[in-house]
Amino acid sequence: MYPPKFDYHRASSVEEAIALRKEHDGKFMAGGHSLIPVMKLRLADPGCIVDIGRIDALRGVCPDGATVKIGALTTHASVHASDELPDALPEAAGWIGDPMVRNRGTVGGNVAHADPSSDLPTVLTALGATMKIAGDGGSREVAAADFFTGLFETAMGEDELLTEVSVPAKAAGTGTAYSKLFNPASRYAIVGAAVSVTMSNGTCSSATVAIGGLTPNAKRCGSVEAALAGKEMSEANIEAAANAVAADLGDDILSDIHASADYRKKMASVFVKRAITKAVGRA
Amino acid sequence: MSKKYMGQAIKRVEDPRFIQGQGKYVANLKLPDMAYAAVKRSPYAHATIDNIDASEALAMDGVLAVYTGQDIQAAGIGPIPCGFTPPDIKLPPWHALSVDKARHVGDAVAVVVAESAYIAYDALDAIEVDYTPLDAVVDAKKATEPGAPQVHEETPNNTSFHWPLGDSDAVKAALDASDHVVELDLINQRLIPNAMEPRACVADWSDAMDEMTVWTSSQNPHVIRLLMSAFTLQIPENKLRVISPDVGGGFGSKIFHYPEEIIVPYCSMQLKRPVKWVSSRSEAFLTDAHGRDHVTTAKLGVNNDGTFTAFHVQTWANMGAYLSAFAPMIPTALYITLFAGLYKTPLIFGESFGTMTNTTQVDAYRGAGRPEASYLLERIIDIAARDLNMDPIEIRRKNFIKKDEYPYQTPVALVYDSGDYDLLFDKAMEVAGYNDMLAARDAARAEGRLVGVGVSGCIEASGAGPSKVVTSLGAAVGLWEHGSVRVHPTGKISVMTGTHTHGQGHETTFAQIVAEELGVPIEDIEIIHGDTAKTPFGLGTYASRSAAVGGSAILKSAQKVKEKMKAIAAYQLEAAVEDIVYDADTASMHVKGSPDNAKSFFEISFSALTHNMPDEMEPGLEEHTFFDPPNFTFPNSAHIAMVEVDKDTGEVSLLKYAAVDDVGNVINPMIVEGQLQGGIAQGVGQALLEHGQYDDDGQLLTGSFLDYAMPRADNLPMSDLGRIEIPSPSNPLGVKGAGEMGTIAGTPTVANAVMDALQPMGVRHVEIPHTPLAIHNAIQSAAAAAD
Repeated sequence: MYPPKFDYHRASSVEEAIALRKEHDGKFMAGGHSLIPVMKLRLADPGCIVDIGRIDALRGVCPDGATVKIGALTTHASVHASDELPDALPEAAGWIGDPMVRNRGTVGGNVAHADPSSDLPTVLTALGATMKIAGDGGSREVAAADFFTGLFETAMGEDELLTEVSVPAKAAGTGTAYSKLFNPASRYAIVGAAVSVTMSNGTCSSATVAIGGLTPNAKRCGSVEAALAGKEMSEANIEAAANAVAADLGDDILSDIHASADYRKKMASVFVKRAITKAVGRA
Repeated sequence: MSKKYMGQAIKRVEDPRFIQGQGKYVANLKLPDMAYAAVKRSPYAHATIDNIDASEALAMDGVLAVYTGQDIQAAGIGPIPCGFTPPDIKLPPWHALSVDKARHVGDAVAVVVAESAYIAYDALDAIEVDYTPLDAVVDAKKATEPGAPQVHEETPNNTSFHWPLGDSDAVKAALDASDHVVELDLINQRLIPNAMEPRACVADWSDAMDEMTVWTSSQNPHVIRLLMSAFTLQIPENKLRVISPDVGGGFGSKIFHYPEEIIVPYCSMQLKRPVKWVSSRSEAFLTDAHGRDHVTTAKLGVNNDGTFTAFHVQTWANMGAYLSAFAPMIPTALYITLFAGLYKTPLIFGESFGTMTNTTQVDAYRGAGRPEASYLLERIIDIAARDLNMDPIEIRRKNFIKKDEYPYQTPVALVYDSGDYDLLFDKAMEVAGYNDMLAARDAARAEGRLVGVGVSGCIEASGAGPSKVVTSLGAAVGLWEHGSVRVHPTGKISVMTGTHTHGQGHETTFAQIVAEELGVPIEDIEIIHGDTAKTPFGLGTYASRSAAVGGSAILKSAQKVKEKMKAIAAYQLEAAVEDIVYDADTASMHVKGSPDNAKSFFEISFSALTHNMPDEMEPGLEEHTFFDPPNFTFPNSAHIAMVEVDKDTGEVSLLKYAAVDDVGNVINPMIVEGQLQGGIAQGVGQALLEHGQYDDDGQLLTGSFLDYAMPRADNLPMSDLGRIEIPSPSNPLGVKGAGEMGTIAGTPTVANAVMDALQPMGVRHVEIPHTPLAIHNAIQSAAAAAD
C-alpha cells in the first residue's frame, strides 16, 4: 500500500498549523487513522499534509468547573481511561477500533472526519458538547448538534481546525450511556444511541438523546426527549419513548450489505431503549 | 510405556523467531539492484481490453518497463494449467496477463516495473486501459441459464465439467420408497481465505548462468516449480530454483500457481534485474483463490425409525473466472465422496457442475470440499431429526457405521479405515455436558429466551493416496511424499521433506518423530523444507497430509538409518545384528546382555565417515523414502455448541463449544489443540460472519476488512476439547489429519445450534452466515407466518 507523493509540514502551534495549511493548501492530520488509510488506497491525494499531532497544548482531558475540556489530540485510549468524563464517552471510546487504533486515533480527528458510522459524534451530540474551532481570524464555538451537517460533513471550513471539545461534567442525578449495534466486520456502529438523562424523584426531569450510524450524520432525537420528559422511567414508558425515535430519523436512512434501511430503523428503537435503560440506571 | 517425544506437548521450536518478529518472509527479501513490480488490474468484472497506452507511465522517472498480456504471450509463456481434469472437462485458458478480455475485477492486465514500489504504484495510475464493459454473471447456477453472459468461448453455458457419482435412478427409487424425504436447497457461501501474510514473489534471473531463482510464499514450492517448468515459464527444472521461506498462513490459498509467479520472473528475465512484488491486502481480496461457493439441492430419504435410505445431491460449484490448479477436484473427488459421512446410507448419488463466472477463481480453502459435504449432510440430518421428532444425536447413532465394520466400503468410492463413532459421541456428550446443556436450553426457553444446542458428526478424508487412485480420478500428480534423514558425522541430523509448513509447526513435530525413533535430543535435529535446491521433490502441504504422508516418509527413513547404525554397531562389536539392542533412552547400541560395552550415536555416526563398517556397506548415513499411502486417513469428530440469539437484534452469541476428535495417534497434543481451536474459529466464521459477496455487476462488495467479517477473539469461547485415539492403519505413524476438522465441523455445529434456537419460532433453515440481519429477518418472517 503506497500513497501518492505528498509534502509534509509539522506544526508546533495552532496558529502555525492554520498558516501552514493556508500557505500549502494542505490537509490537517492528527492521529492519521482516517486519513492515512484512504491515502494508501489512493482514494485521497491531499498533496500536502500539515501534521498537528505534536501540538501538545491540544492534548488531554481537563475538568473546568461545570464542563470538561477534551483537547482535540486526546486519544480514544485516554478518553476511555478517563474518570472525569460522563460515562457515555469512555464507554463509546472503548469500542472504537482495537488498542492500536485507540492509542493513535484522536477525538478531534474522529469528529472532524464525521464518518456516519462513528461513535463519538452521536455521544457528543447527546451530551450537548461544544466544539471549539480555530480559524484564520480567531476561534469560534459550535454546538455539536449544529456541527455534524451531513455525510463526512461538518460546519467547519477547510481553513479551520478543531481544537477542543467540551462536555458537561458528571452531575449527581444525571446518567449517560451509549449503546451500539456493531457492524460484524468493521465494528463501526450500524446503529448507535446515546442518552443523557436527569432524574428527579424517580421521574425523568430532562433528557437528551442522539442517534447515529443509520443517518448521514448524528441527530438529536427531539421526539424521544419529549416522550421522556416528566415520565416515570418504567419499562413501558422507556419503550414508548424509544419507539418515538422513528419520527426523528428523517427519510435518509443508510443501507448496505450488513443492514438494510428497514432493519436499521427497527434497531434504532431497540438501541435507544437500551441506552435509556442504562443511563437511567446510572443516574 | 509413555514415549519421550511422541505424544508430548513440546513447545514449538519455530515460535521464538516468530514471537520476536524474526521470521523471514518473501517480503523481507532485499536483493542488490532490485526493482519493484505493481500489477494493473481490471476494475470491471467483464470487459474487452481494447487498448493499453503505457506511454505516460513509461515517461515517468524511475519507470523501467510496462508489459502486457501480448508481451507475455509473444515470449512463449504458456497459460496456467489446471491440475485436476475429470473426463470431458472443458479447459478455458488462463493467461498470467489477460490478452483480450478481463473476466473478473482484479484480473491482471499489465505490469509496471520501477526503481521503487512508490514509483511503480504512481505509474499504475498513469497506464490507460480502454475497456468495453460487458454484462457479468456471478452466480454459480444462474451462469448456466440461457442468455447468461458467456465468460469463455471454450465453456458453452459457462459449464466446464459435470461430475456424477452413483446411480441416480436407484437413488430416486429408494427416495420414493422411503417413509419420509427431507428436501433442502442450500447455499454454501463464498469465503475469502485471508492468510495473515499476503502473497509475495521475488525473481532473480542470472543471464550468465541461464538460471532463475524465484522466492514465492507457497505451500508447495516443488509443485510450483513443476508447473513453471512444464507449462508456464518453461525454464527447465535444473535451471529453476523455487524457494518458499517462512510462510505466514495459507489455508489452501497458497497451494496454487498464480499469475504473479509468472509475471515477476518474466520481468526479471527482461530487465536482467531482481524484481519484487508484494500483494496488498486489497489485491489479496481480489486475487487470492476464494473458497466454497456452492448452490445445492438435496434430498435425504429417512424411514420412520430414523434410518437413512438414500441421499441425492446436485451442486453447482462456482469456479470463478478461471480454473485454478486444483479447483475441479474440490466439488468432485473431495466433496461427493464424503456424502456417506459417519453413516450407513446405502444409496447415494451426487453430481457437480463446475461453472465459470466473472468472479475470482475458487479453489481449495481449509477443508476443501469436505466442509461443503459435511455442512450439507449435517444440516439435512438435523432437519430430518426435527421432522421425525428425534434427538439429533439419536438419529445419528441410529445410522453410524459400527466399530467392527472396518474397513467399510461406502457407496461413494471411499473405504474407511477405522473409527468408533459411538465412543466419539459418548465422549463428546461428556465433555460438553450435553444433558446439562439441554436442560439449560429448556430453562432458558421457558423464560422466552432463544437458546439452542447444535451437534455435528463429521468425517474427513485426508492424507490422500494411493497415487494411482488419485491420478485415476483426474489428478495430474500423485500424492506420495518424500522424507529423508541425513546423519552428519558428528551425530547431528538434518531432515529433508517435500512438505512445507505454513503455520503447522513441522519443525517441531517432524523433529519429534525422528527424536523418538533414534533417541536423539530434539535440539540436534533440523528440518529442511521449502527450497527445491535443498530437498528432493515432494508434493507440499495441504489436505491434512503432512504428518500422515510426509511424517511417515520421515519415520521410515529414520528406521532405515537406525537399521544401518545397528549393522555398523554389530560389525564393530563383533556380534550378529539381531543381537544388537538400540537403546532409545541413550541413543546407543550394545550387544544384548552387555549394556556396558555400548557404541554411542556419535561414534557410529562418525564411523560412517571413516568407513569403520562392513566392507560391502556403502559409506555415509543418509536414507530416503518416498511414501505412497495405501489409503486416505479418516479423521472424525463429534462437536457440540450452545448459542443464544438476541431476539431483538438477531445477534448470535456462541456460549459454549465442545469438540471431541479422533485424529489417530497424536504427535504433539498442544499443536493438535491449536489446530482445532483455530480451525473451529474458521468454521464459526463461516457459520456466523464470513461471506464474500459480489453485486450483479461483479464488483466485490466485501473487498476489505471493513465489510468482510473475520472471526475475532470475542466471537469465540475457548472450546472444550477432548479426543479419542484410534490409530489409522493407513500409515506407520497411525496418525490421521488434524488440520482441517475444526473448520469442517465448526460450521454445521454452530449453524445447527442457531437453527435449534429458532426452532420454537418454526424456522426451518436459514442460509449461512447467520448474521444479525439474516437472523432478524428470519425471526420477522416466522412471526409474520405465525400471525
